[in-house]
Amino acid sequence: MNISFSKHTLANGLDVLLHEDHGCPIVAVNLWYHVGSKNEQPGHTGFAHLFEHLMFEGSQHYDRGYFEPLQGAGATLNGSTNADRTNYWEVVPPGALDLALWMESDRMGYLLPALTEAKFANQRDVVLNERRQNYENRPYGLAPMALLAALFPPDHPYHWTTIGEIADLQAAHLDEVQAFFRRYYRPANASIALAGDIDAEDALDLVGRYFGNLDPGEPAGPVRVPATLARDVRIRFEDRVELPRLYLAWLSPAMFADGDADLDLATDLLANGKMSRLYRRLVFDERIATDVSASQNSREIAGYTQITATAAPGHTLEELEHAILEEVARLALDGPTDAEIERGRVQAESQFMLRLQTVGGFGGKSDQLNAYNVFLGDPAYFDRDLARYQDVIAASLKQAVSRYLDPKRRVTLSVVPQGRVALAAAGSEPAVVS
Amino acid sequence: MTPAPAPRTAQVDRSRLPEPGPARPFTFPRIEKSTLPNGLRVWTVPHPGVPLVAFTLLVRRGAATDPPGKEGLAAVTADMLDEGSGDRSAIEMHEALARLGAQFDTDIGSDATVASLTVLTRFAERALGLLSDIVARPALREQDFLRVRQLRLHRLTQLRDMPGALADRAFLKLLYGAHPYGHPPIGSEASLTAMTPDDVRAFHAGAIRPSVATLIAAGDCDHETTVRLAAAAFADWTGSGGPDVNPTGVPAPGPRLHVVPRPKAPQSELRIGQVSAARDTPDYHALVVANTILGGQFVSRINLNLREDKGLTYGARSAFEFRRLSGPFVLQAGVQTSGTARAIEEAINEIAGIRGVRPVTDAELALGIAALTRGYARNFETADQFGRAALQLALYDLPDDYFAQFVTRVEQVATDDVSRVMTRYVDPARLTTLVVGDVEAIGQDLARLGLGEPVILPAESV
Repeated sequence: MNISFSKHTLANGLDVLLHEDHGCPIVAVNLWYHVGSKNEQPGHTGFAHLFEHLMFEGSQHYDRGYFEPLQGAGATLNGSTNADRTNYWEVVPPGALDLALWMESDRMGYLLPALTEAKFANQRDVVLNERRQNYENRPYGLAPMALLAALFPPDHPYHWTTIGEIADLQAAHLDEVQAFFRRYYRPANASIALAGDIDAEDALDLVGRYFGNLDPGEPAGPVRVPATLARDVRIRFEDRVELPRLYLAWLSPAMFADGDADLDLATDLLANGKMSRLYRRLVFDERIATDVSASQNSREIAGYTQITATAAPGHTLEELEHAILEEVARLALDGPTDAEIERGRVQAESQFMLRLQTVGGFGGKSDQLNAYNVFLGDPAYFDRDLARYQDVIAASLKQAVSRYLDPKRRVTLSVVPQGRVALAAAGSEPAVVS
Repeated sequence: MTPAPAPRTAQVDRSRLPEPGPARPFTFPRIEKSTLPNGLRVWTVPHPGVPLVAFTLLVRRGAATDPPGKEGLAAVTADMLDEGSGDRSAIEMHEALARLGAQFDTDIGSDATVASLTVLTRFAERALGLLSDIVARPALREQDFLRVRQLRLHRLTQLRDMPGALADRAFLKLLYGAHPYGHPPIGSEASLTAMTPDDVRAFHAGAIRPSVATLIAAGDCDHETTVRLAAAAFADWTGSGGPDVNPTGVPAPGPRLHVVPRPKAPQSELRIGQVSAARDTPDYHALVVANTILGGQFVSRINLNLREDKGLTYGARSAFEFRRLSGPFVLQAGVQTSGTARAIEEAINEIAGIRGVRPVTDAELALGIAALTRGYARNFETADQFGRAALQLALYDLPDDYFAQFVTRVEQVATDDVSRVMTRYVDPARLTTLVVGDVEAIGQDLARLGLGEPVILPAESV
């Protein structure tokens, strides 16, 4: 299986990806800008995401909310920002494709004349509330801030979270927003995918008509900052939680780099499902944890592998740390079993098929085409992406675990109930989170 | 990559938005139905394309059938289904699922227990075998029960710190009291502690039975094969589902404003609502349209007011949570602490307004109807979506042409219908408001809302 597509590049640099799927009378419009929080500077964090909000507040030729005409045409739509990219999508009935392209091209070409101080102030308030809801008022919600800040040095663009620091958001100015738009929201820094019930030739013509005349701008260009950890960085903070939680994190390969797929499968066999090694030991057999999870979080210029477990009442974070490190060491020494490798293979196949079912939204075919195009310049990567997982063997997985999940170079974060710092893993220093 | 043609020289007309073109026809696939000798209904929704099949096993017994004092029993039972079968341990069961690359999940609601399993088509037969082991022949061992219950008790402890979960729990109890919908599926510390493995075995024997179950296969499958495989897998599953939920009365609304203290919280978690309509109401489509306009979409009155105009929240929404018995109408939002009283006032004004003071306009109605109908086909794209659609029919006894008729029925809703159903199913004088937030910061403002003195509900009491 693969995603059949054609790729074209307009004279102004906009990449256009087209995929026909006539299974359902809908069309997915998916637009990526190659800009995220990694393009921000210290002291100006949260900017890429705040900017995403402003893209929904109207542009020069339709200076009202972005949602109304599209919802009225039967569309569903959204956008999201992460460290590496910002994406916007609509899923529309075929008759509303024109409208969606009109709207997307108007905000790509003509956002600034409609941008006002009042809109900016309103959406900054909304974003501060998003931060309260998803981070500050949520148990363990500030852990990502503490982890990223410890994993990556202050001048590294993964040092901060995409939501940004409160003080930076409050200090942001409208003129910075305008400069940000001029720099990054340009055809040459963007890629649009249309997938679904389209005729590819007609669709290309439409995209050319709406986007072809926009000024090209320039690609954002690569961001390269090295990150290394020289020791076990042990930190803690107190939170409004009942049970202490331990986070172990290591620097790991970037997206699609050697070792990325190996660590993806390694974290699965460690903590995905009741038969996984850590769940079985910590939750099922020894009952020292209430939950355990693990993930290889690979990003464009670096990655980090994370294992998280919450202590069962009466058990300590040191017990968890000891058991987790023992299992990681065992995997590094003995490697996975043949059954685990086979399981990883079939799970990857199943996951990839699930992703082929839908043309739009986050993770649908249009979003995948853009991901492969923006990060690799190769939208045809679906097959090879799956092959990365099929090609993992016991020796490669074992090698990746032993190379990257080094107990001497990691971050160990304890999140403990208010006033109970003694519950933190030994030797932890207070982390500053807000 | 091929070079793109030069863009058309014709300029885009940016003086007005393009009008949407006509809808393309869409046909919901036919559901094929059979019933096995043991009473199990087997439905198939063929949707070829990607080599995946989604199995959904619906049992029309859920948390509302928890015996009084044993709240949480249906959920513990659902949780224990995949803890092994016959000689197979819980771990072995999950190893078997993982060998198929299966996506397995159980879901418990007030009205139903649902087990779902999605696999690559080539594993369909093995998947149905495992699904039948899970649902029909779970081991329900004491040692597994003790572990599952302990994890649920820990979960209850942790939920106390989650403002949204705390709000949902407190709000249900205020609305429903001792009614079967008045407790969350997880139950309480007292009821879980009192529970025994025999309770679970009795619940499984009396409720998880083929007479009240429907197996739905959706995606890359055909009916004949599905029936044959299901007949073999579920042949020895027998028995009747026992008594359905006992609809007792709903308490009269008490004090109108309640606060669960969460000192120094940066936001207040709000719930505003009342017991309202059941899924079988003849006013279903009118209520769906009314709620879309009030709080069911981004451009709803409530979200535009609280988020886009005042910036008090990341998002506010309302919903009629339709169930087999009368379900709640709930408006919910997390709002910044300093704006709590104002948000409550605005929200209640919006609810009151749509009933007649500020009736929906023709333009709002047209937008709401278009939003619900024009993109309707997108709900029928994946195997999982087809399975969940069929599940709605089986759970609520909806006719086979329900989806085919949906667009027509929604298009028939008029502005008068919106005022009428909102007046009938929502009454501002009977709304209950619950806040999880910083009492010290918001208490004085709340007292001035005209909703009476706020009643304090300590988090431990919820």
